Amino acid sequence: MISSAGKGRRLSGLQIEGLRVAIGGREVLRGVDVHVEPGSCVGLVGESGSGKSLTALASLGLLPRVARVTAGRVLLGGKETVTPDRDRTAQVRGSGIAMIFQSPRAALNPVLRVGRQVERVLQRKGVRGDLRRRSVELLAAVGLLQPDKVARQYPHELSGGMCQRVMIAMGIACEPQILVADEPTTALDVTVQADILDLIGDLRSRTGMGVLLISHDLGVVAERCGSISVMRHGKIIEAGATRTVMNSPCHPFTAELVRDVMRSAQTADLPARPSPGGPAEASAREAQG
Amino acid sequence: MGVTDVGVGAQPGPQYDASTPARRPSRARHALAELSRHPNLAVGSLLAALVVIVAIVGRIAAPYNPLAINAGRALLPPGASHWFGTDEFGRDVFSRVVYGTGIDLLIGLVVAALALVVGSVIGLISGYVGGWIDDIIMRIVDIVMSFPSFLLALSIAVVIGNTVRNVIIAVTIAYIPYILRLTRSSVLTVRGADYVLGARAAGALRSRVMALHVLPNAAGPPLVQATLMSGWAILDVSGLSFLGVGIQPPSPELGVQVAQGASYITSGQWWISVFPGVAIILAVLAFNFLGDYADDKLRGQGS
Repeated sequence: MISSAGKGRRLSGLQIEGLRVAIGGREVLRGVDVHVEPGSCVGLVGESGSGKSLTALASLGLLPRVARVTAGRVLLGGKETVTPDRDRTAQVRGSGIAMIFQSPRAALNPVLRVGRQVERVLQRKGVRGDLRRRSVELLAAVGLLQPDKVARQYPHELSGGMCQRVMIAMGIACEPQILVADEPTTALDVTVQADILDLIGDLRSRTGMGVLLISHDLGVVAERCGSISVMRHGKIIEAGATRTVMNSPCHPFTAELVRDVMRSAQTADLPARPSPGGPAEASAREAQG
Repeated sequence: MGVTDVGVGAQPGPQYDASTPARRPSRARHALAELSRHPNLAVGSLLAALVVIVAIVGRIAAPYNPLAINAGRALLPPGASHWFGTDEFGRDVFSRVVYGTGIDLLIGLVVAALALVVGSVIGLISGYVGGWIDDIIMRIVDIVMSFPSFLLALSIAVVIGNTVRNVIIAVTIAYIPYILRLTRSSVLTVRGADYVLGARAAGALRSRVMALHVLPNAAGPPLVQATLMSGWAILDVSGLSFLGVGIQPPSPELGVQVAQGASYITSGQWWISVFPGVAIILAVLAFNFLGDYADDKLRGQGS
């Protein structure tokens, strides 16, 4: 991707600027700013209904019919993909930005073999040659044992964790710059959850893609992300490096979330791990505009 | 049926150990178990097999030419040489019934298949694309559906003339709206599914999403409907022929035969009408039972 709007500022990765979305006259996103640098992991936290998923869907141009972008814009690699009057996401979906969903089993087509679903994505990208072998390689890359067997199976024959791995394989098949993970582990049990998040982190560091990790669970996000944005009622109420947000939250709602995380960490008799460090400084500058 | 399905699923079977990959029972064994569990399927497939075998074997090995007139042997009652008797022209009713069954079966299947293809494609577009296209299609469907389907087929057949091809077209047009509506509503529930969103997120083209992800997952209800429709089509086509606007004599089509024998029933020659009538009933029943079975299965697995 070539940066077409170089104004001294580095414009790379995913940039959501002042995004406003309305559903039937009611504003559900009220000016959302999120920036995901390539190679970084940004967490988007908030209660259900706060607009996290809508933000994700809007940035891929997948909003439901009733929703409309009323203001703001989304840029990918410096190019405008979403504005109130234009939607150019069709060209970047898959290859520029990809998304994985909350319920992995529901996100795979029940009537197609897993391998064929992955092959379809590759085919779309224009990969030539042995699609079958390439799809099996991808399934192996996301940590599926016996990938050639999995490729021949239908989604209902796989566990939830395996389905999510397949989803990730499909998500990374076209080597996107940005992977949006909308509650990727909410439907999975805790051990599988950690595996999946490890996998996403691993792929991020290997491929240099940026990850927007959406979750209602601040604890999960704090462990994995360099920076965090907290959403409430369609707005980002707090954003910054994970360490800063966890140690000195500005907004009372964030403070409450942080307290909950600390408390549950203590009751679980585990040390609270606010941040593993990482590229926090890179995303720190986006804090609060 | 949902209850029995749950019960069967809970039975401890040979695949009790979840750690080993489930060994699938052989196809034949599975089919037998399915037959014993669903009387609809058992009766339906038995009837369907009977009708199909009669239609095929009869065509090859019918004892007489169904069109051959033999004035000397007119109106004979069922007996050893003419199992179902003969009609007023001395034609063998058994041979005619056997041929007619084949004709009606074929027409029924063709009508259902055509209605299924056309109806589901338009329904898919209507439901998935939506907007003004959907509005226009649905208003047309409303207009077509405001006529009873048999009357509509009858008027079309009268207007375009009653060749076999035209009768098929007439009945198909009358049936398309039902498949179309059903497909559309099924598409509306599927279009919001995560895997459709996922395919779009992965950059799939709209046509691909529709053909590969939406249609196959929305196809259940229209398929069931088409199964039932094969039976209705047989009924409607023979009905049209009975009224004289469908397939024309001397064709051994079943409705034609019933009409032809109707005037002889009061004078005691019941066999001319009754045997083709029974053939119609059996063919329609076969599809009804199979359709009911498919419906049960679909509901059982529906979320």
